[in-house]
Amino acid sequence: MARFILRRILQAAFVLLVMSFVIYSLIGLMPGDPIDIMIASNPGATPELAAALRKIYGLDQPLLSRYGHWLWAAVQGDFGYSRLHSAPVLAVLAPALWQTCKLMLISFTAAVLLAFALGIVAALRPGGPVDALISLFAFAGISVPVFWLALMMILVFAVDLHWFPASGIATVGDGSIRDYARHMVMPVITLALAQTGGFTRFVRASMIESLRSDHVRTARAKGAGEGRVVLVHAFRTALIPVVTVMALNFGSLFGGALLTETMFAQPGMGKMIYDSILGNDYNLALTGLLFATLVTLLSNLLADIAYGWLDPRITLA
Amino acid sequence: MSAAAELVALDRISVQFDLGGGGFLGGRRRVLRAAQDVSFSIAEGETLGLVGESGSGKSTLGNVVAGLQPPSAGTLRFRGRAMDAATWREARRSIQIVFQDPFGALDPRMPVSDIIAEPLRIRCIGSTAGRRARAAELVEQVGLPRDALNRYPHEFSGGQRQRIAIARALAPAPALIVADEPLSALDVSIQSQILNLMKDLQEAHGLAFLFITHDLAVVNHLVDRVAVLYLGRLVELAPRAELFARPSHPYTQALLASVPRIGVRRHRRPAISGEMPSPLAPPPGCVFHPRCPKAQDACRHDVPALAPAPGRPAQLAACHFKD
Amino acid sequence: MSAAVLPRTDAALSVWRLRWRRFRRHRTGMAALAVLALLGIFALAAYPMQWFGGFDPDATDLLARFDPPSAAHWLGTDEAGRDELVRLMVGGQISLLVGLLATVFGGTLGLLIGIPAGYFGGRVDAVLMRFTDGMMSLPLLPLLIVLGAVDLTKLGFSPEFARSGAAGFWRIVVIIAIVDWTSIARIVRAATLAVKERDYVRAARASGAGAADVMLSHVLANVATPIIVSFTLTVGRVILFESVLSFLGFGVVPPTPSWGNMLNNAQELVTTAPALAVYPGLLIFFTVIAANFLGDGLQHAFDPRSER
Repeated sequence: MARFILRRILQAAFVLLVMSFVIYSLIGLMPGDPIDIMIASNPGATPELAAALRKIYGLDQPLLSRYGHWLWAAVQGDFGYSRLHSAPVLAVLAPALWQTCKLMLISFTAAVLLAFALGIVAALRPGGPVDALISLFAFAGISVPVFWLALMMILVFAVDLHWFPASGIATVGDGSIRDYARHMVMPVITLALAQTGGFTRFVRASMIESLRSDHVRTARAKGAGEGRVVLVHAFRTALIPVVTVMALNFGSLFGGALLTETMFAQPGMGKMIYDSILGNDYNLALTGLLFATLVTLLSNLLADIAYGWLDPRITLA
Repeated sequence: MSAAAELVALDRISVQFDLGGGGFLGGRRRVLRAAQDVSFSIAEGETLGLVGESGSGKSTLGNVVAGLQPPSAGTLRFRGRAMDAATWREARRSIQIVFQDPFGALDPRMPVSDIIAEPLRIRCIGSTAGRRARAAELVEQVGLPRDALNRYPHEFSGGQRQRIAIARALAPAPALIVADEPLSALDVSIQSQILNLMKDLQEAHGLAFLFITHDLAVVNHLVDRVAVLYLGRLVELAPRAELFARPSHPYTQALLASVPRIGVRRHRRPAISGEMPSPLAPPPGCVFHPRCPKAQDACRHDVPALAPAPGRPAQLAACHFKD
Repeated sequence: MSAAVLPRTDAALSVWRLRWRRFRRHRTGMAALAVLALLGIFALAAYPMQWFGGFDPDATDLLARFDPPSAAHWLGTDEAGRDELVRLMVGGQISLLVGLLATVFGGTLGLLIGIPAGYFGGRVDAVLMRFTDGMMSLPLLPLLIVLGAVDLTKLGFSPEFARSGAAGFWRIVVIIAIVDWTSIARIVRAATLAVKERDYVRAARASGAGAADVMLSHVLANVATPIIVSFTLTVGRVILFESVLSFLGFGVVPPTPSWGNMLNNAQELVTTAPALAVYPGLLIFFTVIAANFLGDGLQHAFDPRSER
């Protein structure tokens, strides 16, 4: 097990390294030029000055050597300076990362709980009307564009009904938990709904299979109550594949979080990355993307480990 | 038969499978010895029966002859030439294979005409129209209706599929067909039909067969000579009549004793006791000694060589105490 | 014997006929197929609307902004006075075409990686699958956004091309294809692993068939089933990607309409003209949900074990 975890960590580290180079190269292909942007606000700038600046910042070097310098600084914790925020990248990134993790964790938990409830109920009578309704809901959840769902939520609950604020994370001057929670409701519901559909289908499929398995039929034959059969025997078997799939999906939540934050104007990683790309903030975009990759890789790593941990062949040994 | 020219010969062929283990991750290295030191030859037009229990390595040897499994040691000869790339090119056309499971042997996505013509297409023999004509000819030869050509495998029964597989094997006019348990997946009533078909084809085309089976009773109907395999080793090689009349190796004797034959009272020979050891750890000396009623000290240490039985030069057996 | 004597009779199609019969019993799958057909017709209806109805998706009319539905404009007009219905139709062509093309390209990439990985196994498999795993562990949307933001002139394309609508269209097709091929690659690999040990493949190899021959004549046909299901589901996902990217401004560039970028405009006007935000989103939603239901129905039809 330790060997397995170590190998997966090394693999993830390798993927991260490769991705850092890919992202570094891609950022260099984004529109605009850092020096042009820098001297645009300076009317007295001459081409000579631009060339000198280019030399100072090492921009006349070939790509690989620039990447090497960046990597060397990065492993020492120096990710450069954010142009848009006029602050070190890490200082901008840390609160955004925290904000995004909160959103992801809350909506992930909500999605998982909802999916378990719906999936189990649907699996009790496959093909019945309740199952059909839940399946329709699940398919709708998979198929709805997250940003459009957010837009519709804003339209209905913020613009028409005025139940919840349309954007931001808090009203200025109001520091109460209640105000804070009111701002989180719509983003969390949006992101959770987008995840619930896929999860529900997995729980349902896994439960149906488990309910048909021999050991569940044995439990029934022994006279265990239906509730006990479903919730203890069948559920425990169904849990392993479901947890793996859910954990693997935690990383993909990031894309949804990016959209949700952008739509509800919340200062998280997603919005930060989006703004930094639009605003030519190269350092911030680069680091933000790297952290997004890191979060995804880490959650996949945890999924793998969780799978090994839940697999009965390993736990029983 | 002995006068006919040698078609394919196996010379001290061994096949090992490395099952991993050993090396960086530690653990014992495991090697499966599927065949060891096996030599025999097949003459033009001859039918050789390769008999053994499952796990004896008979299918592995069939794969070696069909070019699906490169041997770990030893040489394979085709018409007197050692198998190199050029010889294989010719041999691939002359050696075809028919498998056990008629349901897995035909591509479900291909119409029968394409299946039968495939060996020709692969070797780029003839035109598309010519190959179709050949497929039509073959489909009738194996006793299927013409309209089978446009159908797909799932529309046929097991016996019919085996006919299609045989037609495919016949397409490039081969000299040898390796038949890997071609009957064991079929109903008994169908088995004899396919057996008769193979006999007819052999007579019509002068085909040689390497007929792999676990069933000595089937062998009796078809083959010229029998090779008996046990745990990857050739234990007896003899003309059919001699082998059935007077088996030399104790294993062959035990095998024959278990075959019910009409009109012959079953001899009270001891049936084989115990199970075949794992090919991962074959016993030292004679591989059969743990189950052999005649086993002595020599059998536990020395591997017996294949040698003529007393007074019967055509009957070879690998036993220290052959009859 | 000429080819004419051996026509592919109706028996030749019977595998597919069997599946079609099973699929037809799958009610939601059939409904999904009908919805997709209607959406396709809807998108193509832009042509007769333009040729015979005189509607122009790009004709602006600043005197008729945000018009409510009327006889002249059945769904009203947008912020530039353009006919909303015709723009939805043309946008549908773009969105559906992006969905199909990116899926075909991505699927081809998945085939090119999945089949060799499954067929050759060993080191080839290890390298290709580690690459696929690495790709799968990436945050797709952020990656797509960076790829969408890439300045084409820095890749050596002319500024005229980089600004053109065609560049925007092909860029989004290409970037989605190079990101979204992993699930097909994995499915194809698994199917190839199962096929390559079949006796019909061994028979072909015994006759001297090379790897390329076996992959083309046997493996490809036999992995078709899982691929078709996977393609259907991928089309839905790709259409979502397209809409997201176009919505964020990294995809299909205005004035070329797509359902995604029509929502981009509508977002800022959501209080003034909420209907403009509703229509394109609903169309995306119906397309994707229909694609998902279709994939589900096909899976049932192709899987002989599922009887419901």
